Amino acid sequence: MAERCAVIGVGQTVAKSKREDVSIAGLVREAAVAALEDAGLTFADIDAVVVGKAPDMFEGVMMPELYLAPALGAVGKPMFRVHTAGSVGGSTAIVASHLVASGIHERVLTVAFEKQSDSDAMWALSVPQPFSAPLLAGAGGYFAPIIRAYMYRSGAPRDIGMMVAVKDRLHALKNPYAHLHLPDISMQMVEESIMLWDPLHYLESCPSSDGAAAMVIGSEKAAGASTAATGRPPAWIHGMAMRSEPTMFAGRDQVNPQAGRDCAADLYKQAGITNPREDFDMAEVYVPFSWYEPMWLENLGFCPEGEGWKLTQAGATSMIEGGDIPWNVSGGVLSSNPIGASGMLRFLESALQVRGLAGEHQVPDARRALGQAYGGGSQFFAMWVVSAERP
Amino acid sequence: MSGFPDLTSGSRPVGVVSFAQYDNVRREDNRNEVEMLMPVVAEVFGNIGITKDDVGFICSGSTDYLIGGPFSFVAALDAVGVWPPRAESHVEMDGAWALYEAWVLLQEGEIDAALVYAFGRSSMGHLGEIMSVQLDPYYLAPLWPDPTSLAALQAQAMIDKGAASEADFAAVASRSRRSALLNPKAQIAYDRTPEQLLAEDYEVAPLRRHALPPLTDGCAAIVLAAGDRAYELCERPAFITGIDHRIETHAVGARDLTVSPSTKLAGEKSGVGAKKVDIAELHAPYAHQELILAEALGLGDGVDVNPSGGALAANPMMSAGLIRIGESAQRIWSGQADRAVAHATSGPCLQQNLVCVLEGV
Repeated sequence: MAERCAVIGVGQTVAKSKREDVSIAGLVREAAVAALEDAGLTFADIDAVVVGKAPDMFEGVMMPELYLAPALGAVGKPMFRVHTAGSVGGSTAIVASHLVASGIHERVLTVAFEKQSDSDAMWALSVPQPFSAPLLAGAGGYFAPIIRAYMYRSGAPRDIGMMVAVKDRLHALKNPYAHLHLPDISMQMVEESIMLWDPLHYLESCPSSDGAAAMVIGSEKAAGASTAATGRPPAWIHGMAMRSEPTMFAGRDQVNPQAGRDCAADLYKQAGITNPREDFDMAEVYVPFSWYEPMWLENLGFCPEGEGWKLTQAGATSMIEGGDIPWNVSGGVLSSNPIGASGMLRFLESALQVRGLAGEHQVPDARRALGQAYGGGSQFFAMWVVSAERP
Repeated sequence: MSGFPDLTSGSRPVGVVSFAQYDNVRREDNRNEVEMLMPVVAEVFGNIGITKDDVGFICSGSTDYLIGGPFSFVAALDAVGVWPPRAESHVEMDGAWALYEAWVLLQEGEIDAALVYAFGRSSMGHLGEIMSVQLDPYYLAPLWPDPTSLAALQAQAMIDKGAASEADFAAVASRSRRSALLNPKAQIAYDRTPEQLLAEDYEVAPLRRHALPPLTDGCAAIVLAAGDRAYELCERPAFITGIDHRIETHAVGARDLTVSPSTKLAGEKSGVGAKKVDIAELHAPYAHQELILAEALGLGDGVDVNPSGGALAANPMMSAGLIRIGESAQRIWSGQADRAVAHATSGPCLQQNLVCVLEGV
């Protein structure tokens, strides 16, 4: 049977367009050292290192974890590299947690990053593939038609996406690590920004960021030792799930993917969640384009299908408006997008919240939280539930 | 049902119960990665009469740089046909590490079987140039050193230290290619004496052509099963009694290239030396590296090293390590071996190494 495990330390870098002051190694080490300090540990205490990032062409370094081994204190230890497209930050955290849950290791350092300024993600995503329609417009170009299908199906008003764009940027003002701080953000400002991929305006899209995230996953014993040393509580992991669905299958519904629904069902069963909207105090969900908030509200079972936009419209997901289920109070992917780390930041922020250490963007009394990441053409999903209570 | 061996790693016995690999070829021009994988996946399930519905987890290993595009693993998953959706993951590593991830999950007891696969085509670009992009992007990659040049530095260091000679490298190549004559999946197999091989010209001194691996397109798949499920699917499962992997610093200039401390440590952690080893499948792309690995693992004269011919017989990128585990397992199923050591490597000059000990009961 699986052993109890918990997040015992977290660290992240400030996300920026260009971190020209550090190398890739410097960037990941900054997050890793912060996570170790949070856990009251040093590299010597770590049993294994698990690294995740999105396609290697985003920096132009093939399998960069090999070169990063000394910077992450991995020499002489097991080092592992995960790549599951956009969901990778989440899946990396899950792979690392299984190393502890399986009883193999006591303390595992997991790190995810992207240094987008070293290459050009839009170019990397647009390389023509044999027998596939060229994207040529990056992720936004891929997802815009799916969003239009959602709008058509649900009858959502056109301004819902803009509401999400404003809400997440207002949340980001409370998060010092967020890339985008736009104090003047407003519906008008979003609407007046250039139209990139109808219906997505420039300000309804995620930024391109350099950044890294790191966590230390520990056993029950390791969690006790860290808390005793630092006075900071762990975030207990109550469930972890991953699901994937195929690319070339006509029966897929990319608006409300089966893989996402199945992943949530598996996760909720593990964690004893029966009513997500009531059972969670907050959620950090991968929303790289504004409309993915209402779409994932439905996919994750926070409301019936076709009604996600009503929660957004009513302010239910806004901490500032006092909503009952705040989503992405860190500012989310719309405010910081170091791609490989974006999923891990969702997992990390959910842990930070249930530990009560989120500072200005802390949701009051957050006890149980959801972290979610997705990738590919809405086909790879990774999720976890963390809680202040030991399972 | 014949019981389970003692475990050095983990607490739940997990066995290799099926293995399939593509015909290793210099250049597969007629099929893409998905089309190469489909018959291999069908074979690995067909061998034991199960389908994708019978595995609780799928994990693959590959690298985007071989196709020169992002997300090569995304399309590859179509070879399995994961509908309804499946629990699945991918490592940007050799498939041997994908197998490790599946083994970890099987330890927790929630699932009883897993599919692992890996693929890579060396023919899609200039492999020497591609692999140099794997190096430290600030200090090493700008020099564009290819893997053969780095391996040659390693081989020369062995000669300078008096640890081995060019004749020793030729002896490894001669034996490996002769063993490969019995391997129907081998790409390069011949019967030539070390003396004949030493007459070849240098590719990069001190490495002659025979000391280099072939360029290979290929893929492979393995099914793992735990506990009683292993015996339901296989008469004599090859149980993983020990598995561990370790990494060294990347900087080749900071390492003693004539030894492999990461292999040594992984071998100790996986219990290689605890009992007699019958065969070893070592992922040594260059002939001299077999000598370094055998030394690090403490393999004596009685061990049959690389009976398949090893990576000198076929070196499909990203699956050559996984194939070492499959080749070892096959010899346990057949009764040819009771205990085998399989090894996989990654990074320049054996930077990262995985050791897997397999035992039959």
